[in-house]
Amino acid sequence: MQKLVVIGAGMASGRLLEHLFDAAPGAFDVTLFNAEPRGNYNRLMLSPVLSGEKSYGEIITHDDDWYAGNTVTCRFGEKIDGIDRARKVVLSAQGETPYDKLIIATGSNPFIIPLPGHTLPGVISYRDLDDTNAMIETSATPGARAVVIGGGLLGLEAAAGLRMRGMEVTVLHNTGHLMERQLDAAAGYLLRRDLEARGINVITQAQTQSIEGNGHVARVMLVDGTELPCELVVMAVGIRPSVQLAKDAGLDVGRAITVDAQMQTSDPDVYALGECVEFAGTLFGLVAPLYDQAKVLAKTLTDQEDAFTVKELATKLKVTGCDLFSAGDFAEGADREDIVFRDPGRGVYKRLVLKDDHLIGAVMYGDTADGSWFFGLIKDATDVSDMRDTLIFGPAYQGGATADPLSAVAALPADAEICGCNGICKGQIVSAIKGGAHTLGDIRATTKASGSCGTCTGLVEQVLAVTLGDDFVMPTSQPVCKCTEFTHEDVRLLIKTKELKSQPAVWQELGWTTPNGCHVCRPAINFYLLADWPLEYQDDPQSRFVNERNHANIQKDGTYSVMPRMWGGITTPTELRAIADAADKYNVPTVKVTGGQRIDLLGVKKEDLPGMWFDLNAAGMVSGHAYSKGLRTVKTCVGTDHCRFGTQDSTGLGIKLEKLLWGSWTPHKVKLAVSGCPRNCAEATCKDVGIICVDSGYQVGVGGAAGMDLKETERLCDVPTEEEALEVTAAFVQIYRENAKYLDRPYKWIAKVGLDWVKERVVDDLENRRALVARFDLSQTIYRKDPWAPLAAKADTFAPLADLTLEAAE
Amino acid sequence: MNWIDIGALDDIPLRGARVVKTQLGCVALFRTDTDRVFAVSDTCPHKGGPLSEGIVHGNKVTCPLHNWVFSLETGQAQGADSGSITTYPVQVAAGRILLDATTLKKRSAA
Ligand code: SRM
Ligand SMILES: Cc1cc2nc3c(=O)[nH]c(=O)nc-3n(C[C@H](O)[C@H](O)[C@H](O)COP(=O)(O)OP(=O)(O)OC[C@H]3O[C@@H](n4cnc5c(N)ncnc54)[C@H](O)[C@@H]3O)c2cc1C
Ligand code: SF4
Ligand code: FES
Repeated sequence: MQKLVVIGAGMASGRLLEHLFDAAPGAFDVTLFNAEPRGNYNRLMLSPVLSGEKSYGEIITHDDDWYAGNTVTCRFGEKIDGIDRARKVVLSAQGETPYDKLIIATGSNPFIIPLPGHTLPGVISYRDLDDTNAMIETSATPGARAVVIGGGLLGLEAAAGLRMRGMEVTVLHNTGHLMERQLDAAAGYLLRRDLEARGINVITQAQTQSIEGNGHVARVMLVDGTELPCELVVMAVGIRPSVQLAKDAGLDVGRAITVDAQMQTSDPDVYALGECVEFAGTLFGLVAPLYDQAKVLAKTLTDQEDAFTVKELATKLKVTGCDLFSAGDFAEGADREDIVFRDPGRGVYKRLVLKDDHLIGAVMYGDTADGSWFFGLIKDATDVSDMRDTLIFGPAYQGGATADPLSAVAALPADAEICGCNGICKGQIVSAIKGGAHTLGDIRATTKASGSCGTCTGLVEQVLAVTLGDDFVMPTSQPVCKCTEFTHEDVRLLIKTKELKSQPAVWQELGWTTPNGCHVCRPAINFYLLADWPLEYQDDPQSRFVNERNHANIQKDGTYSVMPRMWGGITTPTELRAIADAADKYNVPTVKVTGGQRIDLLGVKKEDLPGMWFDLNAAGMVSGHAYSKGLRTVKTCVGTDHCRFGTQDSTGLGIKLEKLLWGSWTPHKVKLAVSGCPRNCAEATCKDVGIICVDSGYQVGVGGAAGMDLKETERLCDVPTEEEALEVTAAFVQIYRENAKYLDRPYKWIAKVGLDWVKERVVDDLENRRALVARFDLSQTIYRKDPWAPLAAKADTFAPLADLTLEAAE
Repeated sequence: MNWIDIGALDDIPLRGARVVKTQLGCVALFRTDTDRVFAVSDTCPHKGGPLSEGIVHGNKVTCPLHNWVFSLETGQAQGADSGSITTYPVQVAAGRILLDATTLKKRSAA
């Protein structure tokens, strides 16, 4: 009988032995070594063991009787340390064991990031039963806290299991969304939401600095200074094929042990399978392909023909209640098309990726019932052109339902605020409707909702439609763009009521029909999010128009203009010299005095921007934001310092205003001016906010314009002191930031809500004024910063990625 | 085909672009939200706008000058506008971006 030695009793070799004994019982004398002190169990089911949903006994796949029945010599708890291929023996602490045929099935080792403190007791990986038991043991201490490093499949299963055992769990993930290799941002958002709902704290874009503790882990430190106290650290950041043994034995090893389609290594008597092998450049980390390998190797060993091929894989996460599915490829290739379906009410997201009439990838969250059907279409490369239009609804529903734009409103809880002005919640509106109010007018009369500024009208109508069904005919309103049915006002209100704090949250919860918006909605949503959640939301440069992304105005020939700030229109000889030097140094073709009381350097090449900024920064100047939907200039006149008619320090107030407001993003650009007397040399009466100084104080006007429309400002209020002028202006800018539709200048927005509505909140209600100013100040702690300095430090990103003109010259 | 290494995938911001200078103008390398990379002419057929500065949404880009939208896959202008941009073979392997020098030379010779 041939002596067959198997190193490793894991998922792959277990399946191989089953096939082998089926095909040729008694053909081999098998000796099975395993480093773990036990035989084969279902490694996949460690997660249910961890969570307490299963016991170890339930996941054993091969018990003592099975090994005995097939006369397998079990040497569990015995690690193989070497292979002597010349003499055909394997070496262990207990001595030598000879073989005729050898199988290496050593699986893989968890990867440990060599962070400071990674060897402290309490830091473990997640691979085998011992790891699982160690986690269960720590979780038994009441109040124990765990930090899981790695938001992939394994990390999340560990996190969910530990949470179910009552631990406080934080997951650290280094990229923007969870499971980024299997999920896109939208599905990653839903997964995160579900995990957070069960009390798991998730930190994305986390950069771990160190693990600390005295003799045992006590905390994890992040680069940004965050400290996470804990008693357990689970590192689940990936696996490395376990190949040392094969390497030492001189077998061909690439990223893992190289095998051919018959699972043979470079030595004809040595085979390998499982996670420790590499076939045709592919590595393996899920069991499906390993089972195929087991089948092929059993054939090879019994002299039958078969060949292993790499197939498409599907991923599922074994966390009860987190239903996700991903299969195929949505990362690279050419000529692809997306089909997206979202049901915000049920938390469902589906995305199919098509190429040449074939389905090549699918991501699903919330409803994965059709996963295997889609997976079949991917694997079989079925031509789907005939069912393309209804494909996303799955095999059962080829009827053609569409996403219901109302479902986001239907899903709002009764206590969600619909009308902010009057504090009216959805529940009150629904009761009014049930009480007989069937039109917008009725609702206004009975609840006051949408009766003040009117921006919630769209939402009130949606509540009517949801509650009355077909009895209510929705008036047509202008949606933001083709990606959604909602108007700007609806979106703004829903971002607040539903507390949407990221772009994927908006796309999903409001049922966007595209994966990530378009050039119309993205800049608007980016602004709404940063205006409402200055601390939580991170501004996304890729959702900004070129000028705001590059912090310069693009010209018709692709060059840019650079305009430093001149606070209140005041400059100095030093600044002027620095501007002149920069103009010389970077060959600026045009230097122009603008209509906004500052100097524009036009025709600058993109590559030169960072250098120019650096030079201007060095002279104490910062960006003038001449490109932004934000504060532009504050024009002033010379005022009391020089002018014989000046009543107040108009220049000084202008400078103070500019220093207060600069850097803030607004729905459209905002321009101010301060004139020292009613002669109005600073043209304050046609600005977004214009202040005219008079003997008794300051006349604050708002909503002026001198662009495509010409409009005189309307008087917001008169205030006696400079402090109040500053306060009222900040409050006005903030209420405009919080409420206006993207790309409405203040005059357009005021025309919609009414100046009285603004006055009530900014002038009459002192408490509200202060609250607006406080929110403005909070936002300014993030945004009152010069964008030039950090960009000047990243000069390389402004240059071409490569220059092939030099190479092609030969 | 003659693939040359242009740089790392991470050199291009997600939903962003970088340009590569070639003998006859710039080629824009786009990276979409799902990490797909496309190489197309950087020059808008309308009035020469630099497409690499446009907003990338799905597998499309919007020209920063007058908002024409182009499919990065086919190079075709979308909607009512007509015109197209040249697309070039590109691939990503082990996090590196590769362009085909032969095609780019053809462009130079043309
Ligand atoms: C540089 C400047 C002209 C100048 O040489 O004086 C200028 C230049 C531009 N203006 Fe202006 N405006 C400039 C003062 C004005 C003024 C006068 C003022 O601010 O006192 C107005 C009328 C006042 C007003 O805004 O109500 C003005 C009304 C506009 C408008 C119409 C806005 C509107 O709501 O109707 C636009 C278009 C837009 O923003 O959508 C515009 C847009 C532009 C853009 C940004 C066009 C663009 O998108 O590319 C121009 C950029 C040129 C470039 O390539 O750099 N510019 N623009 C002025 C810069 C002032 C500054 O120091 O920041
Ligand atoms: C918690 C968890 C959940 C998972 N969930 C899923 C899932 O849902 N779906 C899925 O497809 N996959 C899942 N996987 C992955 C799957 O378990 C692996 O792909 C599979 O176990 C690999 O099988 P293998 O036989 O190659 O290696 P293993 O199963 O790891 O077996 C290798 C064995 O070799 C032993 N060994 C190593 N070196 C030596 C030596 N020198 N001498 C003796 N013995 C040695 C090891 O002790 C080990 O017992 C999960 C993995 C884990 C850890
Ligand atoms: S606004 Fe009045 S005070 Fe100021 S410069 Fe003109 S005239 Fe003089
Ligand atoms: S130049 Fe591109 S749209 Fe006009």
